[in-house]
Amino acid sequence: MALKLALNCVAASVVLCLAAGPALAQKSGGTLRIYHRDNLPSGSIHEEATISTVQPFMGVFNNLVIYDQQKRLNSPDSIVPDLAESWAWDASQTKLTFKLRQSVKWHDGKPFTSKDVQCTWNKLTGKDPDDFRKNPRAIWWHNLKDVTVNGDYEVTFNLNRPQASLLSLFASGYTPVYPCHVSTKDMRTNPIGTGPFKFVEFKRGESVKFARNSDYWKKGQPYLDGIEWKVIENRSTRILAFVAAEFDMTFNADVTVPLLKDVTSQAPKAICELVPTYVSTNLIINPKSAPFNDPKIRKAMALTLDRQAYIDILSGGKDNISGVMLPPPEGLWGMPPEELSKLPGYAADVEKSRAQAREIMQSLGYSEAKPLKVKVSTRNIAIYRDPAVILIDQLKKIFIEGELEVIDTSIWHAKVTRGEYSVGLNLTGVGVDDPDVNLYENYSCDSERNLTQYCNKDVDALIDKQSQETDVAKRKQLVWEVERRLAEDLARPIISYARAATCWHPHVKGFVLHANSIYNNWRFEDLWLDK
Amino acid sequence: MGAYLIRRLLLMLVTLFGMSVLIFVMLRLVPGNITDIIFDSAGFVNPAQKKKIERQLGLDQPIVTQYITWMGGLARGDLGYAYVSEKPAIEEILPRIPVTAKLAVLALVFSVLFGVPLGVMSAVRQNTALDYALRVVSLSGLSLPSFWLGLLILMAFVHWFGWIPIYKSDTGSFWHDLALLSIPAAAVGFRSSALVMRLTRSSMLEVMRQDYIRTARAKGASERAVNYDHALRNAVLPVVTIIGIEAAFLIGGLIVTETVFNIPGVARFLVEAIRWRDYPIVQNLVMFIAVVVVVTNFIVDMLYVVLDPRIKYEE
Repeated sequence: MALKLALNCVAASVVLCLAAGPALAQKSGGTLRIYHRDNLPSGSIHEEATISTVQPFMGVFNNLVIYDQQKRLNSPDSIVPDLAESWAWDASQTKLTFKLRQSVKWHDGKPFTSKDVQCTWNKLTGKDPDDFRKNPRAIWWHNLKDVTVNGDYEVTFNLNRPQASLLSLFASGYTPVYPCHVSTKDMRTNPIGTGPFKFVEFKRGESVKFARNSDYWKKGQPYLDGIEWKVIENRSTRILAFVAAEFDMTFNADVTVPLLKDVTSQAPKAICELVPTYVSTNLIINPKSAPFNDPKIRKAMALTLDRQAYIDILSGGKDNISGVMLPPPEGLWGMPPEELSKLPGYAADVEKSRAQAREIMQSLGYSEAKPLKVKVSTRNIAIYRDPAVILIDQLKKIFIEGELEVIDTSIWHAKVTRGEYSVGLNLTGVGVDDPDVNLYENYSCDSERNLTQYCNKDVDALIDKQSQETDVAKRKQLVWEVERRLAEDLARPIISYARAATCWHPHVKGFVLHANSIYNNWRFEDLWLDK
Repeated sequence: MGAYLIRRLLLMLVTLFGMSVLIFVMLRLVPGNITDIIFDSAGFVNPAQKKKIERQLGLDQPIVTQYITWMGGLARGDLGYAYVSEKPAIEEILPRIPVTAKLAVLALVFSVLFGVPLGVMSAVRQNTALDYALRVVSLSGLSLPSFWLGLLILMAFVHWFGWIPIYKSDTGSFWHDLALLSIPAAAVGFRSSALVMRLTRSSMLEVMRQDYIRTARAKGASERAVNYDHALRNAVLPVVTIIGIEAAFLIGGLIVTETVFNIPGVARFLVEAIRWRDYPIVQNLVMFIAVVVVVTNFIVDMLYVVLDPRIKYEE
């Protein structure tokens, strides 16, 4: 009996050891080598709206809460504590109080306190004299009345009204906590955070380096000694360099569908995942520019879009046809295909829709002999130009003769903001798979990033309504109602949502690529190298 | 000679002044400025903030004031601050110059070492199989775009050696740096050497028909002495001119090669700075390249005197 018990104990110990195997197997040390696709604008995540900054710099910081880095889908259920140990809503759902982690230090040794949290959101809401040079996500915090502190380790966010998505906004890679004692200028060039990696140096056009934060509050993490990003602007060179194992990982979503075949054939052991980028290709029509101020023409344009042709040509059919929100299965809020097909311009029978569009155009006096001539403006980057060319071809089917006007990339947003275009082809990235982020940012009357300046007070009211709804099923219905209204108003019709791959070599462990946002999984603290 | 030198120096100053005005005005004629770029990465434009940044950077000042400020700074050795990195422009420019200089020198050495002897051989063995072969090589050198050749080289290295010879800045070894740079230098030098080879050949062919070559042969001079001491010495003047032009080009014109081999040199940096409308970087870098071009031309002119005693710059 005693022997049997002893054997059982041994067996149990073996099972326990085996179960604990993966955790014990994590190796510390080594430098992760990644390439960067372009010259990043600055190191200040709050001032930029590009993955070029978020991906390298997210590891410098912590958020209050964060999307679980090990779960593939970002959802309210995957939000975990970060600098906040816990949080609670008040009964009115307008006060969110965070209990903050103690003994956390900034990289320069100063203690992290609730004042830092207050400072960050004061800057984001324009209440701090040293505010941000640019604040692309100001609209995210439009419902925030103020931030109050209670001692060094408690902070309360006071809202004007309930907002179901607030935690999702806090969990984004775009929402780090900044130190109060460092100027916004220094945060652009020499950022200080509490995160697992300390910023070391940024050689413009050459490299960005980060070193392990040995005082990181998560004991034993990060596993890496550092991360080195090398800027390689030429895509052929950087893909070849990845194949040659010069890098452990590619830049996020840098491997397009056609390139993916090359990479997997030349580096067959590489792990590549093709996921949605949550970047939409969309049609922008200036409603203030005649004759596009006529809703009939805008409707005809929507009816001529053959979305399947776009995705077949551009991505071999891998991209997604979609409405405003990212479609399922990865998207949490997008319409299913059967709902989508009911929207104007989404019918399966494109020829029938085009016949209807031609009738509209003919009723307005246009024909094959007398087409409507228009410049189709787009940014001078291949991922903009290619769909713009397809758009011109599709517009031709309804008597609209488009001429491609490529705009220097540096002045694209300035030109569109000034309304100096009639028809354009644009790309829009969304930071979090959440209706508040997408709808407020791109379609609300008050958003600075609402490029087309589409404004419909009824739609704004609907967006506010969904924002307050805490029941997910009910909220989804409201979001879809907003989708329908936006489709009817032809507010920036979405053509497709792109998919692209990120690749890494098998020795990179502990990395999970998120499938419904490219902006939230670059903390790198769980990642280790099995070399 | 003294008067000529003074005249040349004055001319150089006038040229540089003209360049400074030209680059300053042209930069400001290009649509958009740094504030547009700053907002571009944020995906929107806030006109009030944009104006504020323009004011901070002095871009709201009249263009003449901006020019005088720049020139004043340049005279004091203050190149201003880079708009993008917000660091002193000198700190951004200086580290890149040695990288490009090394690449340019290596490419020039490659082009001279291969171009001149092969050009002489091609001329001396005119219309032989060797001449035809060398002419094909030189023509392909001129026809193959260096970016394409560069990519082929990279692909070949990855395919056969599983290694990619792109630039690494922190190897800490001069020889390793040199070895890494020699591959892009060969890609660039191939084109230059083709140019030098063709020019040397045609120049040699012209010289070799001269009476003094016949005289040298009649005197019993060896073929080597005839070809290299008598013919090449006189044929080399146009070759020196083209080497001078190439040297100037290599300092600022290696955009594609630097991009393909990922070399953090001057040319790639300049293009990027133009894209970002980073005026302090572009203005000062272009002025640096202008100085290199003007000085190189001056050196080439002086070399003529050394190489051909018949040339005199005195009146």
